[in-house]
Amino acid sequence: MSRVFAVLKADRGGLCLLGLLAVLALGVPMSVLLTPPGSALHLSPYVLTLVGKYLCYGMLALAVDLIWGYCGILSLGHAAFFSLGGYAMGMYLMRQIGTRGVYGDPILPDFMVFLNWKSLPWFWLGFDDFWYAAVMIALVPGLLALVFGWLAFRSRVTGVYLSIITQALSYALMLAFFRNDMGFGGNNGFTDFKDLLGFSLQNPATRVALLVATTALLALSYLTCRLLVMSRAGRVIRAVRDAESRTRFLGYPVESYKLWVFVLSAVIAGIAGALYVPQVGIINPSEFAPINSIEVVIWVAVGGRGTLFGAVAGAILVNYAKTYFTGALPEVWLYALGALFVLVTMFLPRGLVGLVPAGHKSR
Amino acid sequence: MTERDHILYLEHLTVSFDGFKALNNLTLYVEPGELRCIIGPNGAGKTTMMDVVTGKTRPDSGTAWFGSRLDLLTMTEPQIARAGIGRKFQKPTVFEYLTVFENLELALAGSRSFWHVLRARLSGAEHDRVAEVLEVIGLTDRQTELARTLAHGQKQWLEIGMLLMQQPELLLVDEPVAGMTPQETERTAELLVSLAGKHSVVVVEHDMDFVRSIARRVTVLHEGSVLAEGSMDDVQNDQRVVDVYLGA
Repeated sequence: MSRVFAVLKADRGGLCLLGLLAVLALGVPMSVLLTPPGSALHLSPYVLTLVGKYLCYGMLALAVDLIWGYCGILSLGHAAFFSLGGYAMGMYLMRQIGTRGVYGDPILPDFMVFLNWKSLPWFWLGFDDFWYAAVMIALVPGLLALVFGWLAFRSRVTGVYLSIITQALSYALMLAFFRNDMGFGGNNGFTDFKDLLGFSLQNPATRVALLVATTALLALSYLTCRLLVMSRAGRVIRAVRDAESRTRFLGYPVESYKLWVFVLSAVIAGIAGALYVPQVGIINPSEFAPINSIEVVIWVAVGGRGTLFGAVAGAILVNYAKTYFTGALPEVWLYALGALFVLVTMFLPRGLVGLVPAGHKSR
Repeated sequence: MTERDHILYLEHLTVSFDGFKALNNLTLYVEPGELRCIIGPNGAGKTTMMDVVTGKTRPDSGTAWFGSRLDLLTMTEPQIARAGIGRKFQKPTVFEYLTVFENLELALAGSRSFWHVLRARLSGAEHDRVAEVLEVIGLTDRQTELARTLAHGQKQWLEIGMLLMQQPELLLVDEPVAGMTPQETERTAELLVSLAGKHSVVVVEHDMDFVRSIARRVTVLHEGSVLAEGSMDDVQNDQRVVDVYLGA
């Protein structure tokens, strides 16, 4: 514990982020539950969903910054881990619907009844239990990252080649999840969720609890990443980023460092996806789309690569801009995003947090 | 000289790349505590030899032993590094975004496994060890600065310092004075000479004045094999050496 305080003392940006999350975790319940609808202080369900969504994206950006900013691995496939976590949560939520579905089947989700399936596929078993689903949310992305990373890092695939195969991984999963006979609802994915742990998702209190859980898990993920990068292992990881073969010659098994950081990053992305799904109310294969992974990289670059808190800030700011633009000037958004990336790369190599006068040593 | 006297045995090593023999039946021995210079024209196989010793390149044939127990050809690069062979690259590669102190900290001897390093804290003895090496390489007053702020020569010393942290028995040093000022070169010569005795040091270098200033024994490589071996004066007077390398 004393170590946590020592690390945070030197981390001003992190303290700002954690302070902001604490304000959200306290302010949002007060606003939604204590003020009457229509009051200036009352957050509408729409805003509540948006904030929750931004925080989940912030967590995904954190995961990407850990692996890209500190370990130098540009993953263009983190949307895959995010989506897998989301699907695991979605499977739990689908099983909670029970007889309230359109076809009223107590076991089978609607799409399976529609496909004329008679029994639940084996990989759906257990997902009626929240804790089983919670384990899967971390385990499935983690295991995929472990196997994929083990193969890729062991073969010393690095740089742009690694980026391309992470992109291919995500694309392949997208195509697979589009298929009806995969058993994940095909292109419609999962939606029409009813409740989580017995609480109705339509109930504002449930939404607030979900948002508070998201702030807590984002704070916890942030602390985990910060403690990791401030440890000696974190210094080894940065050494790998800056001079991989040199690190190898110092005797460090570089592949296993990359692998464990990659797995941790994937697990955080998976948890982010799991928190995202009940808040936005849908998960479908388009979440795996390559463009999503690339957008995350832009958030991180805009916020400030290799700072962790900058990645979270970037995700929130860019997505706020996206919400604004796609409402006000929908046709401009993609150009604005592209221009933003180019401008930040050229003029703000340290991202938006680079604009804040330095007082911290984050690199 | 019996076999037990050597710390490094390279025998009949051959490495070919697409038919080009980078090493051709190379045989070379290094004694404990020796400071050995290896010279030779470009393409003579100097770097390839170091690559074989450190596990980066596997030879087509031949044997490479570290002491009488460790067969280098069956070991991976990290295993070789842990066994006590440190290598300094031609281009100084220090970790630019870590401080001088942190650079040395990462080079500390000890377990390298992720889960161990994750929990590692610097002990008093380890702190002293870093301080001692900082003193040897003359960078004590720069220890909290990022390595990228160091001058070229200082980076080279930092890298030698990182090798020393691992307390290697054998140090392989690739062109340590390339691009150094005369003062830096002189300081490097002192440093390497002071290391010999406690460690075996093998230096690959082009700078003849530098080699003359530090070497007790010189090995001349040519086309992947040993052309001559002996004191600097001996090899300089060897006609074959004069013909292929030293020229006038």
